[in-house]
Amino acid sequence: MAKRSCIFGVAGMVWVVLTLTAIAYATRLALVVAPTEATMGNVQRIFYYHVPTSMLSLLFPYVNFMASLFYLYWRRRDPLRALTADAVAISAAEVTVVYSSICLLTGMLWGRAAWGIWWTWDARLTSMLLLWLLYVSYLMLRKLSSTGQTQTLAAVLSVFAAIDVPIVYMSIQWWRTQHPAPVFGGGADSGIDPSMMPAFVWNVVGWAMWGIFLLLYRYGLERRRQESEQASALRAIEGTLEIAQ
Amino acid sequence: MSRVGSELRDELRALRSYFGHVICHLQKDLRLEWRSRESVVGMLFFALLVVIIFSLAFDPTAAVSRQIAGGILWVALLFASFTALNQSWTREQRNRVLEAHRMSPAPASALFLGKALANLLFVTLVELVLAPFFLIFYNLHALGQGWMLLAVLPLGTWALVCNGTFFAALSLRTRNRELMLPLILVPVSLPALLGMMSATTAILTGESDPALWVRLLVAYNIIFTLVCLLLFETVLSAE
Repeated sequence: MAKRSCIFGVAGMVWVVLTLTAIAYATRLALVVAPTEATMGNVQRIFYYHVPTSMLSLLFPYVNFMASLFYLYWRRRDPLRALTADAVAISAAEVTVVYSSICLLTGMLWGRAAWGIWWTWDARLTSMLLLWLLYVSYLMLRKLSSTGQTQTLAAVLSVFAAIDVPIVYMSIQWWRTQHPAPVFGGGADSGIDPSMMPAFVWNVVGWAMWGIFLLLYRYGLERRRQESEQASALRAIEGTLEIAQ
Repeated sequence: MSRVGSELRDELRALRSYFGHVICHLQKDLRLEWRSRESVVGMLFFALLVVIIFSLAFDPTAAVSRQIAGGILWVALLFASFTALNQSWTREQRNRVLEAHRMSPAPASALFLGKALANLLFVTLVELVLAPFFLIFYNLHALGQGWMLLAVLPLGTWALVCNGTFFAALSLRTRNRELMLPLILVPVSLPALLGMMSATTAILTGESDPALWVRLLVAYNIIFTLVCLLLFETVLSAE
């Protein structure tokens, strides 16, 4: 087991404390301090969770994409560094799935409360569902593929997914303008009242910090798993090298 | 001048040999399929069954059938092609042929392109046989520009087959292979599926212009064919 500098542990704890503080403050702003919205009332407060998680769920796929590209580049040149990139890739994919699930669920609850429908096939909802599906399929490929191949195949799929996300978004926009569906109030980020901005911004910051914390924690777990795998493989090889006396 | 000329000649020779490899792989797949005829016949009956079931489920009038026929055609072809795509790679696993491909110095993307072209021919064959059945069961005639179907069908088929062949190779050694292929293929090809279904519906109903969707299909095909060709080597030697 490699010795890690304890600065990482200390920095990690500090980050967790800061994150929880930010989230607590943001929650207070969102639920108590921010003014009640004119038309929807207190139901609108779910906006402070829905929009930040949606924005963040569009960010982490590209972390996964960059990590996958690095993995493919370093695969033959520097395998140990490639493993680091792979650990980042899977952590980012898992965080993407978590945040897009939260986005979809909060969106459905909000839609039901505000407009009386759980779902509609408009541009943004459909694109978010596709994003979720793409990264769930990434995680399933990781789980089901045979060991040894998992990392490379997942990296390849990640490239496809990242290229596909903007194409999906554009094509579904075109689809929905051809067959107009009910348009919902110009979207949540149009005309937000300035008195709501602090709550919104703090929630973005808080959930971004939480996302980074999840990413790094999962990265740490994955690295430890990789190292224990390597250690047991090394022990197995050394076992075969014992010379009988 | 002569050095440039000889370099050019080398490039042309390499290109000809690359396409020679592609043709070789294509001929191999066509020959194997001709001798067993398993995937084309399987695809045909599966697609036919899907068409019949949808017809029973919706029992559409002529106007409604024009609205839904585009979607049903592509759904039927999509599900039919899942079986054929998986089978096209299991063919390579018998007798450790895939290992031989990996060890040979021939470019891996030539194998992919040959196989994708073979699958394109098979699915096109199924479409050609299926089209009269569609016209009969749904009493169809195109209200828009029917000739555009001749553009939309190959473009849509290539989008499905190109990505499908790639992902079938990707999921070759996963547990539960039959699940992985649709699970990965459908989200990635969704823009193309949307394009082909909308274009076909637009042509049949004549209510909107299919040109936008045709452009989307062309762009999608170019982008993803390039990506598949570039990444196939990585997938083949993924160990």
